[in-house]
Amino acid sequence: MLELKKVSTYYGNIQAVRDIDLRVEEGEIITLIGANGAGKTTTLMSISGIVPPKRGEILFRGRPIHGLSPDRIVALGICQVPEGRHIFPDLTVAENLDMGAFLRRDRKEVARDLEYVYSLFPILRERRNQPGGNLSGGEQQMLAISRALMARPQLLLLDEPSMGLAPLVTRQIFEIIRQINREQNTTIFLVEQNANLALKVADRGYVLETGRITMHDRADALRANKDVQRAYLGI
Amino acid sequence: MLSFKDFGRACVVALWFMVLTFPLMVIKVNPIDRVITWRWHNMVWVGVGSFLCYLASRAWQIHRDARLRRIRLGQEEEKEPLSRRILQNPSIYRPLLAAGALFFLAFPGLFSTYQTNIMITALMYVVLGLGLNIVVGVAGLLDLGYVAFYAVGAYAYALLNLHFGLGFWTVLPIGGLLAATFGILLGFPVLRLRGDYLAIVTLGFGEIIRLILENWNEFSHGPSGISNIPRPGFFGIQMSLDQSITYLYYLMIGMVLFTIFVVNRLQNSRIGRAWFALREDEIACQAMGIDKTRTKLTAFALGATWAGMVGVIFAAKTTFVNPASFTFLESAIILCIVVLGGMGSIVGVIIAALVLILLPEYLRAFSEYRMLVFGAVLVIMMVFRPQGIVANIRKTYRVEEG
Repeated sequence: MLELKKVSTYYGNIQAVRDIDLRVEEGEIITLIGANGAGKTTTLMSISGIVPPKRGEILFRGRPIHGLSPDRIVALGICQVPEGRHIFPDLTVAENLDMGAFLRRDRKEVARDLEYVYSLFPILRERRNQPGGNLSGGEQQMLAISRALMARPQLLLLDEPSMGLAPLVTRQIFEIIRQINREQNTTIFLVEQNANLALKVADRGYVLETGRITMHDRADALRANKDVQRAYLGI
Repeated sequence: MLSFKDFGRACVVALWFMVLTFPLMVIKVNPIDRVITWRWHNMVWVGVGSFLCYLASRAWQIHRDARLRRIRLGQEEEKEPLSRRILQNPSIYRPLLAAGALFFLAFPGLFSTYQTNIMITALMYVVLGLGLNIVVGVAGLLDLGYVAFYAVGAYAYALLNLHFGLGFWTVLPIGGLLAATFGILLGFPVLRLRGDYLAIVTLGFGEIIRLILENWNEFSHGPSGISNIPRPGFFGIQMSLDQSITYLYYLMIGMVLFTIFVVNRLQNSRIGRAWFALREDEIACQAMGIDKTRTKLTAFALGATWAGMVGVIFAAKTTFVNPASFTFLESAIILCIVVLGGMGSIVGVIIAALVLILLPEYLRAFSEYRMLVFGAVLVIMMVFRPQGIVANIRKTYRVEEG
């Protein structure tokens, strides 16, 4: 579904991602794990076009998307939940969700998707008329995921959904990520620091170290791998 | 209740103001007679005045804090702000609106030509404020060079009339379009900038336009400007000066209504939502598939259009343009209108424009102190109501459920 071929991305002169090769198959959850500054977020930003790659190719369903503007990429069906949630603080929850459906014109389908995200996160329905900025961290993350779902993406890019959340909330959110993948058949690209949890949820995983992919395997195999255990799982 | 400490503080405040205003209020030098008059009584007035003002504001503060505490404890209902209560209750705002409409319609009949002229200026600033409100209030792009578009409109009429004999009604849309083009021109280099950096570049842009007009003699007639610009025509009927001012007044009223209508529709449209989103969070905007480039450029272009059209009207009203009318101070005043009115609030901007333009005129009774009072009003306003006269009430749109 998505393929990265020798992608390199720079911030000015600083290279954050070095010749990354990566594949995402239809309907799977894949995860990219790594330490701080390994280039996880940059990889996602390259896919979504916010920080376009300098070299290499990104193919979505066989079609090159590197060099397209971010809004075109969203229109193709790739939606990103940015790191740190980035909800619209002054808009109400309902308006935030409506912004997610910005590019869609099929009102009936949008209304149905709204019902769906409210069923995933009932708390959002309760708070639908409150400004997004008044929600707790966990609720904001739920809102950010829901907002991205409102774009009805084929590929959902999740950037550190566990950031700053209590373990219980994190587990709940990961449960729902799995549910979205199952029920909507949405392919999910998950970037996480919490490698343990991410590998439990994912089908396959990639390990990123200082901008390079050092390992990739099935998620359970990675969890069993001695090096990964020592470096990321704290075992 | 006021405590002993408050009285102490009030004394300090009074002393501070007495020292601060000493050179201005007390010393009066008469250079012809070479004498200095010491007006000590003024100092007493300043002292007593600031002492009482401080106590009054302190008492109000204590009262407000006490009320907030009661609200928190649940002993008292939270009241909606006055402006919101008025705006959301049709039985209050409808008569108000009707009275306002009647007043503005009858204005030229009730007051002198001089007053009408001042009101025309105020109405022009209403439109300017509403235009800048799109850029600053709604889309959150701080533009300090807005007056440049105003100049583009004014010079468009002056030059097109001078060289090609084009009339007011032909140039009005052309002026708007030209300003929009300049808006896009300014928009391109500043697409990646935000906040302070954007402000500096727009400030520079405003100055560039003014300096070009000032120095390119062959093009714009330099600082001496262009005179004898015809007033707006009305099917070729000859009008006396009074009549044409009245005509311009009603034309301006029409313009204001048109602006309010369009700006209101824009704010509640798709592009308006994109602007609000852009103001709140750029990254989220992009993640939602909003075209950042197009959104920003349309904000600049649609904001500039109004300045361009008002520029044309300005040139027609004064029948003379020169670069001195388009200094940074103008931009600052228009920005003041937006901020004072409440960012993004149409009603607020209208009220602020009327207050800010009419206040200095009617304060002429205070002669040399009028700008001082004007400044004081601005400061007091921002201290006590930083969100503006009418905080923005965004129309919350609902997604149909089920």
